[in-house]
Amino acid sequence: MSELKITIDGKETMVAKGATILEAAKAVGVHIPTLCHLDLHDTKMVNQAASCRICVVEVDGRRNLAPACATPVTDGMVVNTRSVKVLNARKVVLELLLSDHPKDCLVCEKSGRCELQDVAVKFGVREIRIGKDGAQSTYPVDESKAIVRDMDKCIMCRRCETMCNKVQTVGALSGINRGFNAVVSTAFEADLLDSVCTHCGQCVAVCPTGALCEKEHAWDVVRHLADPDKVVVVQTAPAVRAALGEEFGMEAGTLVTGKMVAALRALGFNYVFDTDFAADVTIMEEGAELIDRLTRFQTGDTSVRLPILTSCCPAWVNFIESQFPDLLDIPSTARSPQQMFGAIAKNYFAEKYNIPREKMVVVSIMPCLAKKYEASRPEFNNDVDLSISTRELAHLIKRANIDFNNLPEEDFDNPLGESTGASVIFGTTGGVIEAATRTAYEILTGETLEKVDFEALRGFDGVRSATVKVGDMDLNIGIAHGLGNARELLEEIQNGNPRNFHAIEIMACPGGCIGGGGQPYHHGDSEILKKRQAAIYTEDRNKPIRKSHENPFVKELYANYFGKPMSHKAHDLLHTHYEAKDRV
Amino acid sequence: MSKYTMHILVCGGTGCISAQSNEIVEQLMFHINEANMSEEVQVLKTGCFGFCEKGPVVKILPDNTFYVQVTPEDAEELVKEHIVKGRKVERLLYVDPTTEEVVSDSKHMDFYKKQMRVALRNCGFIDPDNIEEYIARDGYAALGMALGMTQQEVIDEVKKSGLRGRGGGGFPTGLKWEFAYKNKADQKYVVCNADEGDPGAFMDRSILEGDPHSVVEAMAICGYAIGATKGLVYIRAEYPLAIKRLEKAINDAREYGLLGKDILGSGLEFDIEIKFGAGAFVCGEETALIHSMEGMRGEPTTKPPFPAESGYWEKPTNVNNVETFANIPVIFLKGADWFASIGTEKSKGTKVFALAGKINNVGLIEVPMGITLREVIYDIGGGIKDGKKFKAVQTGGPSGGCLTEKDLDTPIDFDNLLAKGSMMGSGGMIVMDEDNCMPAVAKFYLEFTEEESCGKCTPCRVGTKRLLELLEKITHGKGTMEDVDVLRELSQVIKDTALCGLGQTAPNPILSTLDVFYDEYIAHIKDKKCPAGECSALLQYIINDKCIGCTACARVCPVNCITGTVKQMHVVDQEKCIKCGACMDKCKFKAIIKQ
Repeated sequence: MSELKITIDGKETMVAKGATILEAAKAVGVHIPTLCHLDLHDTKMVNQAASCRICVVEVDGRRNLAPACATPVTDGMVVNTRSVKVLNARKVVLELLLSDHPKDCLVCEKSGRCELQDVAVKFGVREIRIGKDGAQSTYPVDESKAIVRDMDKCIMCRRCETMCNKVQTVGALSGINRGFNAVVSTAFEADLLDSVCTHCGQCVAVCPTGALCEKEHAWDVVRHLADPDKVVVVQTAPAVRAALGEEFGMEAGTLVTGKMVAALRALGFNYVFDTDFAADVTIMEEGAELIDRLTRFQTGDTSVRLPILTSCCPAWVNFIESQFPDLLDIPSTARSPQQMFGAIAKNYFAEKYNIPREKMVVVSIMPCLAKKYEASRPEFNNDVDLSISTRELAHLIKRANIDFNNLPEEDFDNPLGESTGASVIFGTTGGVIEAATRTAYEILTGETLEKVDFEALRGFDGVRSATVKVGDMDLNIGIAHGLGNARELLEEIQNGNPRNFHAIEIMACPGGCIGGGGQPYHHGDSEILKKRQAAIYTEDRNKPIRKSHENPFVKELYANYFGKPMSHKAHDLLHTHYEAKDRV
Repeated sequence: MSKYTMHILVCGGTGCISAQSNEIVEQLMFHINEANMSEEVQVLKTGCFGFCEKGPVVKILPDNTFYVQVTPEDAEELVKEHIVKGRKVERLLYVDPTTEEVVSDSKHMDFYKKQMRVALRNCGFIDPDNIEEYIARDGYAALGMALGMTQQEVIDEVKKSGLRGRGGGGFPTGLKWEFAYKNKADQKYVVCNADEGDPGAFMDRSILEGDPHSVVEAMAICGYAIGATKGLVYIRAEYPLAIKRLEKAINDAREYGLLGKDILGSGLEFDIEIKFGAGAFVCGEETALIHSMEGMRGEPTTKPPFPAESGYWEKPTNVNNVETFANIPVIFLKGADWFASIGTEKSKGTKVFALAGKINNVGLIEVPMGITLREVIYDIGGGIKDGKKFKAVQTGGPSGGCLTEKDLDTPIDFDNLLAKGSMMGSGGMIVMDEDNCMPAVAKFYLEFTEEESCGKCTPCRVGTKRLLELLEKITHGKGTMEDVDVLRELSQVIKDTALCGLGQTAPNPILSTLDVFYDEYIAHIKDKKCPAGECSALLQYIINDKCIGCTACARVCPVNCITGTVKQMHVVDQEKCIKCGACMDKCKFKAIIKQ
C-alpha cells in the first residue's frame, strides 16, 4: 500500500493512500472536532455527508477551507487545523448551528451525551452573536411507540438518513424541503408509526443531538413501583448486562449482571427475573420448529418451507412484514423472548404464585427500542406492560440515588431467573443460532455435545454463513446483522435459496442486541460493540449450564405446564403470526 | 435554400413567441401565398436574434433588413411593400436611440457591430427544426473530422483551443475530457448541463432553441473522445420549447445516422437521452445534477471524487454546459488555433451574455473575451435607460458581484472578473443605475440564494438565512453597526466553508457592495435613509404645494391615510401609510414625492 506524506500542525506523518485528513490527524494526536461524520468501523455505517463543516481545516494552496472528514490526503499536503482562519470559521459555523437550535439543554434527553453540546463546550462558546432574533426551525414533535422525533434539534448531519437508507435499507427517512426549511422526515411527513420505520432505533443510536430519542417509559415504571397494590416483575435482556456499566463510567465490556440485579431489587421490583430464561424457552420452541421442518424436509415433504428464520428481533419482524410480505411463512412463529417471558409471567407464574393478572406489571429492560413497539402490538395482550431501554434503566438507578458501582452482586429470583449460557449469547449476532444448534444437535443426534462453542457462527461480518455437521447432516446456516445485510439474504431466498440455507439468524442492529438502539451511545466507536460482544461470550463460558434444554426450570415449566414444545398451550402463549404491512 | 431568392427570418425564441411571433409567421406565409410567391420566398422561424429589447424581430435576406417590434398585423404590409415592391417599411425599421437615425441593415447596428457569434452562430439564421439547414452550415462535419482523429487527438484539439467551461467555473474543457477519458470503466457518460438557473439568464435556452444540433453534435464528439456511449441532457422542465426542439434534433440525428449505433459508418455508438429537472438552482452544480438525474435529492456532494472519476451511477462522467458544447464543433471546423486567437491570454473564444436591467438594448449578446464592460454596456447595450447615471453592473448571476465605474475598462475574462470580486458565472449581466439601492440589490440576490440553497451544509442552510435577515434589518432601517461587522464576517466564513459553489459564492453580492457602497449601508443604519430611494421602509410619500386638492390620491389610497378637503393641499399620515405608491402613480400634478 502506498504511503503519502502529510504535515498537520507542523507534525509530519505518513498515511496510507485513501486516508482522510481527519484520520491522518488522529494518527498524530490532533483531534479535529466533528459532528456529521460517523464511521462505525466494520459495519456499513459511514456517514460522510461533509455537511456540518465543523471539521474544516486550512490546506496550503487551497482557496477555501477543506472538510477534514471527507478530504483525502494528497502527497505533500500541509494542513493547519488551528489557524485563526480555521478557528474563526469553526466558531461561526458553530454559532450558526446554535442559532437555529433550541437552548433548552437542561431538559434535553441528550444533555451530557449530546455531540453538539460537547463541541460547544470544548470550543468555549460564550455568546451566539449571529441570528440573535433570527428565525427558528419549528416542527411538530412526532412520537411513535418507540421513538420521539423533535426535528427542531436536527442539525442535518444526515446520520439517521444514512443509517436508515444505506445501512438498514428501510428507507423511512429522507431530507425534505430546501434551504433553511430543509429537514429529515418521512415520506409525506407521515408519523413514524405510519411509515415503513421498523423502530430499530439505529437512527437514535447515531443521532448526535436530541432530535431523535427513545419514547420514555421510565417514569411510568416509577409510578408502578410506588403502587403497593402492584406486583412489579422485571425481566432483563442479555445484552443489557454487557453495556449498562458504561453508563456508570465503567469500561465497555464490563459485565454488571450481579450489580444490575441488586440495583433492580433496590429500586423495588418485586421479582427480578431474566429474559434469558425466556430465551431458553425460545430455543425449545424455535429449536423444535427447526427440527420439525428439517425432519419433514429429509423425509421428502416438499411443502416444508426452508430456511427457517429466527424471530426474536422485533425490528426485523417489522422489516419483513413491510418489505418482504411474500416471505411471511418462513420465519419461526416463536414469539420473541420478551413476549414469551411476558406470557409465562402473566400465566404460568401468576397462576403458580396466585397473583391476579390485573395486579401484575411486567417491565422489560431492553437494549432495544423496537421492543417498546413490540410490547404494544395488540396480539400480545399487554403481556409486557412497559419496556425501557438500558439508558432509561441507568437514569432510574441514578434518580434513586443508588451507588451502582459499589453495589454488592446479587442473583436473579427463581423460577424465571435461571438461565443458561445459550440464552446469554442471544445478545450478540450469531448467538441465537448457536444456541439453537446446541440444542438441535443433541436432540437430532441423541448424542451429548462436548464442545458447545461453534466458533464458525461467531464474528462481526455483516453476512456470515457456516455449515455445521449435525450427525450425518450438513446444517447450512446463514447469519445477518443489520437490516441491509438481512435484505441480501432475503433476496437470496427469493431467488431460490441457492446456498440451501436451513436456518438463518437475523438481527436488525449492528452486532445484534449489544448494538441496539436502547444501549448506551457508542458515538461511532465500534470497538465498544466488540467489547460488549466479548463480554457476552465470557458470560456464556462462565455459566454452569450452556444448553437451553438443560435449564432445570425450563424443564419444570414444560413438565408442569406446557407439556412439550409446540404443544397446543405453547402455541397459544409462545407463538405468534405475521401480517403484511403496507406502508410508505 | 437554393431555389428561394428571398428568406424572411422570424425570431422563434421564447421571448418573441410570447410576443406573437408564431402568428407573425402564419400571417407572413398567408400573404406570401396570396401574392403567389411561396416558390421564391421562404418564411423561416429561427432561434433567438438576441435583440430581445425590440422583439419580435423579422429579418429579410439577402439584404439584411432588420424589422423590429413587428406585429401579426404588419405582415401584410411587409409582404406587399418589401417583398413584392422592394420598398422597405420605414416605420418598422430600427432607430438608433443615440443618433436617432434609421438603421435598416443589421450589420450596421451598434448592437451587432461589436458582437462575435460563435456559440450563437446559427441562432437567428437557420430553422432549428430542420437538420438539413444545420448540415448545410457544415453541421456534423466536425463530428466526421473528429472520428478521423484518435481520441487523444480530439482531446488535444480541445485543450489547444483553450476553451474553458461556460457554466461558471471556467474549468479547462479539454482537461476535463482528458480526466474522463483516462478513467477506465465499462460505461461512461456525457452529460449536458442545461439547468440554466440564474435569474434573467437565457443563454443556454436560446442555444437549444436556436441551434440544438450544435449541442447534439458536440456531445457525440465528446462521447467519442472520452469513450462514452451514452449522453444525457439535464434540462429544466420550464424550457418546453428548448425541450421540443432538442427532442426533434435528437430524433432527426438518429434518423440520419448521426446518433445511435455505428455513427457515420465509423462503428461509434452514441445516443442521447433527455432528463428533466424541476428547476432547482442547485441542480446546476454538477454533483447535485447527477444525483437529481439518479432520482435522488438534488444535493451536491463533496469533491473529490469528481464526476470524471465517479459520476452518474458512479461511472466516469463528463459534465459540460450547453454553451461550452456549442463551441465545440466550431473548434474543429475552424481549428483550435483560430479559436485560441480570440480572447485574452487565459480566456479564449467568446462569451454569451444575457444583458438586462437598466440598459437600452436588453438582449442576448455574444462577445469576444477581453472586450471591456464599457463596450458591452455603452456600445452594444446602447447605454443606460432614460439617460440615467450608471451605477454598477452585476455579473455572474446571484453568485456574482457588482462592478462599478472604475471597472468599466477592465477586459472581461474569467480571471479578471474573479479578481474584481465577481465572476463570469453562466453569463448574466444586470446593469444598475442611480435608482438602484445596493443593500437592496444584495438583499434581492440573497433572497434568491437563501431560497435556492439545498439546505445540506450549515453555512449555506443557516448562514444565507442569517445574511438575509441582517440585510432585511438594514434595509428596514433597523440595522446596527455591529450588524455590518457580522455581515462581513459571516460572508467571509460562508465563502470559506460552504460545501458547493452555491454557498461559496452566495455572499459575493454582499461583499462586493459592502466595500464599494459602504456609505449606502451606513446611510441605512445611521441616517435611516435609502439614498437611492428604493427601500420603501425608509421612504416617505410627501405631498407638496403643487397639490391642487383634486382628491384623486385620497380616493386611491388603500388604507385611507391621505386626508384633505377639495381644492386644499392634502396630507399623508406617515403612521398609517403602507408605502404602496398608488397615490404617486395617480397624481397628475407631480405633487407627491418620495424621499
